[in-house]
Amino acid sequence: MLDISDLEVHYDGIHALRGVSLNVGTGEVVALIGPNGAGKSTLINAVSGLVPAASGAIRVGNDDLTRFKPWTVSAKGVLQVPEGRQVFSEMTVLENLQLGATALHGRPRDAGVEDVFELFPILEERSSQLAGSLSGGQQQMLAIGRALMGSPKLLLLDEPSLGLAPVVISQVFAALKKLKEQGMTILLIEQNATLALELSNRAYILDQGRIVLSGDSADLAADEGVVAHYLGVDAEE
Amino acid sequence: MLLQQLLNGLVVGGVYALFAVGFNLIFGVQRFLNLAHGAVFMTGAFVAYYTVEAGGPLVLGFLAAVVSAGLLSVLIEIVCFRRLRKSGDAEFGAILSSMGASLVIMTVWQWISQTQVVRFPFDTVPVVIFRFWGLRVSLLQVIMIVAAVVIVMIMAWFIYRTSFGRQVRAVTDNEKAAMLVGVNPNRTYNMTYFISGALAGAAGVLVGLAFNNINYMMGEPYLLFGFAIIILGGLGSIPGALLASLIFGMVQTLSIAYLPSGLTTAFIFSAMFLILLVKPTGLMGREEAGSLRGRR
Ligand SMILES: Nc1ncnc2c1ncn2[C@@H]1O[C@H](COP(=O)(O)OP(=O)(O)O)[C@@H](O)[C@H]1O
Ligand SMILES: [Mg+2]
Repeated sequence: MLDISDLEVHYDGIHALRGVSLNVGTGEVVALIGPNGAGKSTLINAVSGLVPAASGAIRVGNDDLTRFKPWTVSAKGVLQVPEGRQVFSEMTVLENLQLGATALHGRPRDAGVEDVFELFPILEERSSQLAGSLSGGQQQMLAIGRALMGSPKLLLLDEPSLGLAPVVISQVFAALKKLKEQGMTILLIEQNATLALELSNRAYILDQGRIVLSGDSADLAADEGVVAHYLGVDAEE
Repeated sequence: MLLQQLLNGLVVGGVYALFAVGFNLIFGVQRFLNLAHGAVFMTGAFVAYYTVEAGGPLVLGFLAAVVSAGLLSVLIEIVCFRRLRKSGDAEFGAILSSMGASLVIMTVWQWISQTQVVRFPFDTVPVVIFRFWGLRVSLLQVIMIVAAVVIVMIMAWFIYRTSFGRQVRAVTDNEKAAMLVGVNPNRTYNMTYFISGALAGAAGVLVGLAFNNINYMMGEPYLLFGFAIIILGGLGSIPGALLASLIFGMVQTLSIAYLPSGLTTAFIFSAMFLILLVKPTGLMGREEAGSLRGRR
């Protein structure tokens, strides 16, 4: 489904990704774990066309996304739930979801507003409220729902647990588990290694722009020492 | 008589609304003050005039004015603003570059019109006066108010009720998130500038007809009023611009009728400062200026 090879990304003077290779098979949930500043967001922003790749390839199906614009990436069904939710705060919950369907660009629709409301009933209650008035957890649910409206073939999630209370995190992850059971292909970025390893089939650990470790999530979880070494305290949470 | 003056004020306010709503739309979407907006308005008036002069019907002149003013506005975005926007913090740069565009457009029309004031031929709009409840309303006034109301309603419907309008508001709200859901911001910017310019062009034709005076400088006072209106209404707020336009139209007409001449402008701006003292963000503005508010 997603096949990244030797990806290099530079910001002004910062070498954020140094030859990253990573792949996600259809129906797989793959976690990308790493400390703050490792380059995790940079990686999915490169996939989404938000930051340019200096070299390397990002293949999805027959397309190389490295030269794609963000809106053409989403038209291909590669949809990102960005870090910090980024909902349209001045618009209603319903309008946010309707906007999510823009990404279809003529592709067949897998999920509608009703399906999102079934996954996150609170959004139906709040459907006419402005998204900016929702709590952080509800905004995260809305951001995920918005992406689902675009019938993702590949869902990129950037730290969905960030800044949320433990109860809310487990609600969000319960929903992600349902998506996994429905066969959704997911690349999940997390700093919370325990959560990410629990949900995913495989995982990569990214540190300072390089993949330093990869393998089956169960194996990595069993080998807590290794994960803790790269993540510091986060692994013990 | 007061009621008659209020009616006249409403007509003037409607034309101000056409001008100011488009001006504020661009501010709402990009936080740029488009100082070429007055030149776009003036272009509309000239295009309609030359169409009618060449023998075309007024309706054709009006359509040509609306379309060419809309396209000119799109061109201004591409030439003056697009590169600046990519460079980040560009509000000040936008003021200078649109001022430059304004000068260029004015010079072109000065050259075409040879610095002459031009007037629509007599009877372009037949002089018909309707009388009811002791009021006098001319056909031209009816056309002005109907055109203003219809055009503003179409624009509001477009922005608040269509999926394309939703995309415009999404880009305003969060450009990055909008791109991630598949919106191409350049397309929405083109559309926004077209609408803004088309509104200004329509206002230009109506003002050209009402005062029967079209010249290459006619946009400048409207730019000043447009400024005052969007500050009074609230930067970026479309309902605010509408409300402030009507207030401005009324106050202006009333002060012309009841105050010594020459005091009008001073009075209008004093009234504006008074309101801003009480509500510094404008009538419908907010702390964080410049976002297009969604409907609830
Ligand atoms: N827009 C940007 N401009 C310059 N440097 C950036 C930008 N975004 C991220 N960086 C830098 O790139 C590195 C990787 O950042 P990021 O991908 O956000 O890490 P993560 O998501 O893993 O926390 C960091 O050193 C960060 O400071
Ligand atoms: Mg990040």
